[in-house]
Amino acid sequence: MTTIRCDIVSAEAEIFHGEATLVIASGAMGELGIMPRHAPLITRLKPGQVEVVRPDGERLSFYVSGGILEVQPQVVTVLADTALRAADIDEAAALKAKQEAQDALSNRKDAIELAEAQAQLVQAVAQLQALERLRKQLKH
Amino acid sequence: MANAREIRSKIRSTQNMRKVTRALEMVSASKIRKAQDLMRASRPYARLMRQVVGHIAKANTEYRHPFLARRETVKRVGYLMISSDRGLCGGLNANLQRKLLAEIRAWRAQGVEVDVVAVGQKALQFFRRLKDIQLVGSVTHLGERPRVEDLIGVIKVLLDAYTADRLDRVFLAYNDFINTMSQKPMVGTLLPLPAGQGLQVGHDWDYLYEPDARSVLDPVFERYVEALVYQGVLENLACEHAARMVAMKSASDNANKLIETFTLIYNKARQAAITQEISEIVSGAAAV
Repeated sequence: MTTIRCDIVSAEAEIFHGEATLVIASGAMGELGIMPRHAPLITRLKPGQVEVVRPDGERLSFYVSGGILEVQPQVVTVLADTALRAADIDEAAALKAKQEAQDALSNRKDAIELAEAQAQLVQAVAQLQALERLRKQLKH
Repeated sequence: MANAREIRSKIRSTQNMRKVTRALEMVSASKIRKAQDLMRASRPYARLMRQVVGHIAKANTEYRHPFLARRETVKRVGYLMISSDRGLCGGLNANLQRKLLAEIRAWRAQGVEVDVVAVGQKALQFFRRLKDIQLVGSVTHLGERPRVEDLIGVIKVLLDAYTADRLDRVFLAYNDFINTMSQKPMVGTLLPLPAGQGLQVGHDWDYLYEPDARSVLDPVFERYVEALVYQGVLENLACEHAARMVAMKSASDNANKLIETFTLIYNKARQAAITQEISEIVSGAAAV
């Protein structure tokens, strides 16, 4: 029986690696069943199950929260996402990153203001001390 | 005996310091193993991702992705710098900063604007001190188990800028983990992606796309860049622990050496004081 090599990985771990006779996944446009010598195909995956049928008839199923499925005649690759991904979530993450950078920069302004305030404070203290000394001299 | 007391307090403070450096050394020694495991676990993804992108580059795709297009004129470049959050790790961050600074200066000398993104507290502090660059994104405190989700934001900032023609090159700067004793600061090109090698072999072929080329290839390239950055973060994490372990070990060794010399001086001072006391007593007795 012909088999197809199947790799399922996520960025943080390898999930499955081995031979299969059939791989079933839920693609962006519907269920896909992939058998050996399938034409090259690439698609996005919807969150859901990926089922792998092993040569000995064993069925394994894995949950993926989206990702990419690539099919070459001899190999199926599932690049699973580690988290739910959506355009608006990504957008929010990008905004957050920008915000953090701006916060970091505005803190610098605070630091400059702080330094200026400290310098003024030092000057004021020096003036007060000078006044104090002057007063003492006048008393004598 | 004032001198002896001074030396004794010095010995004690050095001993306390040694306790701290030893503890840090041991913590890093245990964390480095975990960091290396993470690095290893993420490798299959990066390898398969490269394979898929390699296939795509070879395929006769109907849609050319903007990440593959190389722009000749460079007006503005982006740098993503990965650093540790904490210090006390030897010259790890300083080495990377030096390398990056040289590159930024070179771009500035050509009149090219530089945008930067900081990952980690040390990178953020470094960029805050630089004047003629623009910080466009940052993320800090990724912890011992960095997750891809934490990085999506900063990466998207750069990718969006690249797609919108605001950036013409994007670089990634991180420390490459070679082994526990050596880490190498690396600055590599993230975008444009290196084009497929030369002429393609075999007949022209293209994928079946579901639903269409563009909406499939966009996320593929996005994930690819994310995988590269994530790998860099993990490498850098392993480097951080390795560098800290080595730095703290040499600090402990130095403390040991100091304590040894201080003990010697202390004993000498003590003996000198005793000898002096005896000779005073003897000469006093002789006078009587």
